[in-house]
Amino acid sequence: MAQPNDRLYTKTHEWIILAGGEATAGITQYAQEQLGDVVFVELPAPGKKVEKGAALGNIESVKAVSEVFAPMAGEVSATNGELETHPELVNQDPYGQGWLVRLRVAPGAADGLMDAAAYEKFLAEEGAH
Amino acid sequence: MSETRTLREREGLIFERSSAGRVGYQLPPLEVPQADPASTVPAGLLRGEIDGLPEVSEVDVMRHFTRLSKWNYSVDEGLYPLGSCTMKYNPRINEEVVRLAGLAQLHPLQPSDQVQGALALMWQLEQALLAVTGMARVTLQPAAGAHGELTGMLMIRKALAARGERRAKVLIPDSAHGTNPASAVFAGFETVEVASTPHGTLDLAAVARHLDGGDVAALMVTVPNTLGVFEPEIVKAAAMLHEKGAFLYMDGANLNAFVGIALPGKMGADALHINLHKTFSTPHGGGGPGAGPVAVSQALVPHLPVPMVEREGDRYTLAYDRPGTIGKVRGFYGNFGMLVRALAYIRSLGRDGLKSMAEGAVLNANYLRTRLEGDYHLPYDGPSLHEVVFDDSIQAASGVKNIDIAKRLLDYGFHPPTMSFPLIVHGALMIEPTESEGIDELDAFVAAMKAIAREAREEPDLVRGAPYSTPVRRLDEVRAARQPVLRWRRPDD
Amino acid sequence: MHRYQAGQGDRRAMLDAVGCASVDELFVSIPAEVRCGALDLPPARSEEEVRREFWAYAAANAAPECFASFLGAGVYRHVTPAVADALLQRGEFFTAYTPYQPEVSQGTLQAIFEFQTYVCQLTELDVANASLYDGATAVVEAVLMAARTLPQRRRVVVAGTLHPDWRAVLETYCEPMGIAITQAGWGGDGRVDAGALERLLGDDVCAVVVASPNFLGVVEDLPALRKAIAAAGALGVHAVAEATSLGMLAPGGRFGFDVVCGELQAFGIPAAFGGPLLGFFAARQSHLRQMPGRLVGETADSAGRRGYVLTLSTREQHIRRAKATSNICTNHGLMALAATIVLSLLGKKGVREVALASHAKAEYVKAGLRAQGAGSRAKLAFPESPAYNEFLLLHADPDGLLARLKGEGILGGVSTTRFGAAWPKGILVAATERNTREECDRLLDALRRLA
Repeated sequence: MAQPNDRLYTKTHEWIILAGGEATAGITQYAQEQLGDVVFVELPAPGKKVEKGAALGNIESVKAVSEVFAPMAGEVSATNGELETHPELVNQDPYGQGWLVRLRVAPGAADGLMDAAAYEKFLAEEGAH
Repeated sequence: MSETRTLREREGLIFERSSAGRVGYQLPPLEVPQADPASTVPAGLLRGEIDGLPEVSEVDVMRHFTRLSKWNYSVDEGLYPLGSCTMKYNPRINEEVVRLAGLAQLHPLQPSDQVQGALALMWQLEQALLAVTGMARVTLQPAAGAHGELTGMLMIRKALAARGERRAKVLIPDSAHGTNPASAVFAGFETVEVASTPHGTLDLAAVARHLDGGDVAALMVTVPNTLGVFEPEIVKAAAMLHEKGAFLYMDGANLNAFVGIALPGKMGADALHINLHKTFSTPHGGGGPGAGPVAVSQALVPHLPVPMVEREGDRYTLAYDRPGTIGKVRGFYGNFGMLVRALAYIRSLGRDGLKSMAEGAVLNANYLRTRLEGDYHLPYDGPSLHEVVFDDSIQAASGVKNIDIAKRLLDYGFHPPTMSFPLIVHGALMIEPTESEGIDELDAFVAAMKAIAREAREEPDLVRGAPYSTPVRRLDEVRAARQPVLRWRRPDD
Repeated sequence: MHRYQAGQGDRRAMLDAVGCASVDELFVSIPAEVRCGALDLPPARSEEEVRREFWAYAAANAAPECFASFLGAGVYRHVTPAVADALLQRGEFFTAYTPYQPEVSQGTLQAIFEFQTYVCQLTELDVANASLYDGATAVVEAVLMAARTLPQRRRVVVAGTLHPDWRAVLETYCEPMGIAITQAGWGGDGRVDAGALERLLGDDVCAVVVASPNFLGVVEDLPALRKAIAAAGALGVHAVAEATSLGMLAPGGRFGFDVVCGELQAFGIPAAFGGPLLGFFAARQSHLRQMPGRLVGETADSAGRRGYVLTLSTREQHIRRAKATSNICTNHGLMALAATIVLSLLGKKGVREVALASHAKAEYVKAGLRAQGAGSRAKLAFPESPAYNEFLLLHADPDGLLARLKGEGILGGVSTTRFGAAWPKGILVAATERNTREECDRLLDALRRLA
């Protein structure tokens, strides 16, 4: 499946769009399929500072809890309040209305992330296991 | 459809049956002057009748709960092969004796000279559990297996503290039940997961590496493990732990596999909880109460919770004076009602009956294993004891998962096996028939499992749509979690 | 073979099928060094022999049913409708497991949903779980929940009038979690003083636990205490040991307490020498995700019919493992069913009647004691304080007095001496709707002569 070209990806299946000093992050189509029906999303309070790769929050299905990791270091500037009442948006529109958080990030923080083509290759390799 | 079934299906919530003016219980005449609560308690601290409580007759209540009961599957009805849960027959004599007024009505704070029978009973149960485990002492207090785990881990923490040590880590195999890591954390430890060997058993080399790394307080391990496999190197593991000053916590959830055959005391266990509601047949009650006595080695005896039942001559007392104790872990002395039932069971079976129980449990599980192998895939093929773990990999080829097999079993009139663990088996079907079943009941279960295996090949949609014959069909768990409705409210609220 | 198993014929047929000559071959994986010989236990007994042995145990006890009993202090003797035990003895309920397969467990699940509703109604709170072990561990779970909710705060303030056993259990659990306990003392009226409590609070306090009615039988000023707790930003926990009091006294939920929890034994659970009892736990909606224990929720099946399932399970140990909100797995489900049946029978009128009758019986005894005048050696400890059905009777030798009362067929109450020197010497006397006027009069007469 083709991944949107307008963003970067992590090996833990998060995506991130950089616009100036602000980044919007969510989880990928592949990740939401693996999770199944999302029933609850726990996100950090705005103002929280996170290191790259640190736990950003939890996404729960009926019988599993998955941690979401910060694709970049930064400070949480906003979270998607819609998910409180409509967690299913993560399933229905993971790249759009199902976004999770906005982060204020430092320049150059995107090192080591994959573009869409690299992520698709990574998925193909993962699937082969 | 018969009328009874329709009535049963129509049964709503007790609150919805309410009809103004009905009463279900009448108190005797008051006999003393009425006392106005407001004369002794400030009006702001009082309340009147509680809004929403139902008004129903005694007959309404009897009918309501009888109809609810008909929606349940139970051991009394048939095979209940939930792996690790040990759903065996619950003898009725145990229910009779526990209701004797001299036991059921006994108040926990009566002076000890008024409760000698109860204390003698508890002392006898401790002696019996010592005989079965080969350990040094037993606390009867924990209310359930997880509560026993916590109690055991608190004792280990205390024993370390007594020699001036604080250690942070507890090693737990990845095949463990979820209560193990949770209990370790509530006892103040952090958990380290140890991957199992390809045979599904304890990886001794990994344990050694962690021990060399230091800071290890204990290993928590289930014997036999959640695959039903006896840990072949348990004695060696215990010696390694002890050499480094660490402890062996043994989860006794599967003790029923070797009662009368082997002793945890000889395996080197320092603490072992015994689920009386598994091995010793106290009823599961739709989720409890259970009882989780903890047997300990000499090293942990000083740290047992208070009180302990002690015998001096022919008198029994509750002893609180134990300087090294972890303290109290619950109100009073244990789930006494469960202790009564367990001792009655031990007395009924006796020394040979207990051994025969373990033999029957292991033989029944191996019989099912033999009969179902081929139809279902066995991810670990070493010798297993009281339970056998298959997976759904054969059926998965046609899109049928373990949960579908489970739901289809309901249509054949059986309770399904355990599926939620061990986590090291994807799509697990963990089957524990217990010794209660005869070959006819087991053969009926085998026939159902084989029929489902065939359906999974030939009509997978039929299996995926099951169950069809239960009081309700598959329930929408996603909706329940997304919009939690956890209590009844009046429609106009 | 034993009567609880199938016969030798079954065993032989199964051994043939698995290809073993004897059952011993199935145990080859167990090494010789851990094996044992015959267990040091008596041989199997018939049902009749078991019955005889347990009759003997029972006969060696003094069953309160054969006395005029005023025992309380955490376990109370209230109504025991015949219907309740008849229903509890249905195998469909008591021989079922935790309702993990909802399609064949709707009876248990719906009953728990009704239980949760009753607990919410009694406590005036939003959500309640499917039961905990007992009142002591319910208070523990409330404090641990507060410590999770306010992780920077590592101290809990506990009313000195909390049941001493509950306090002891809390200490056992708090120590490894690094939670310190501070005690709020009580005054000459047997109550915690709100002003004094306020001075103990600070921004390191995650929870304040208040018992009402308290261990001394006195009803606390919950609204005033709650105000002090709220000012400090801590969670308020109202602990209830005598649940029938909720038929007369307003619960903490009305005054903004975050948690109301404790012991529901009084609604139909036999004393059973202290277990199994029935812990309950109710909280405000905002604490839902941090609640301990199982929850049952309403949903629908694929045909649109209403049904019930275990829900929000991601909080629990079987999914979140080391990060679970509690380690509890097996709870006290059958006890919850018992209370649900008894609350259904009592209903709106009965719950209030039991409370008012228990209160009236206690007031009757207290009035009789007052009438005995200042000369009596047994004195009410808090004659002017608000109370429900229990009171402390001061006496220099409570154990001796209780022994003399027993000689006259009266279990007069619980001596405070067994709880240590911190408590005033005396007897906690509890009256319930089951105490007759004749029993009350006998107690008064005996106290007049024997105190």
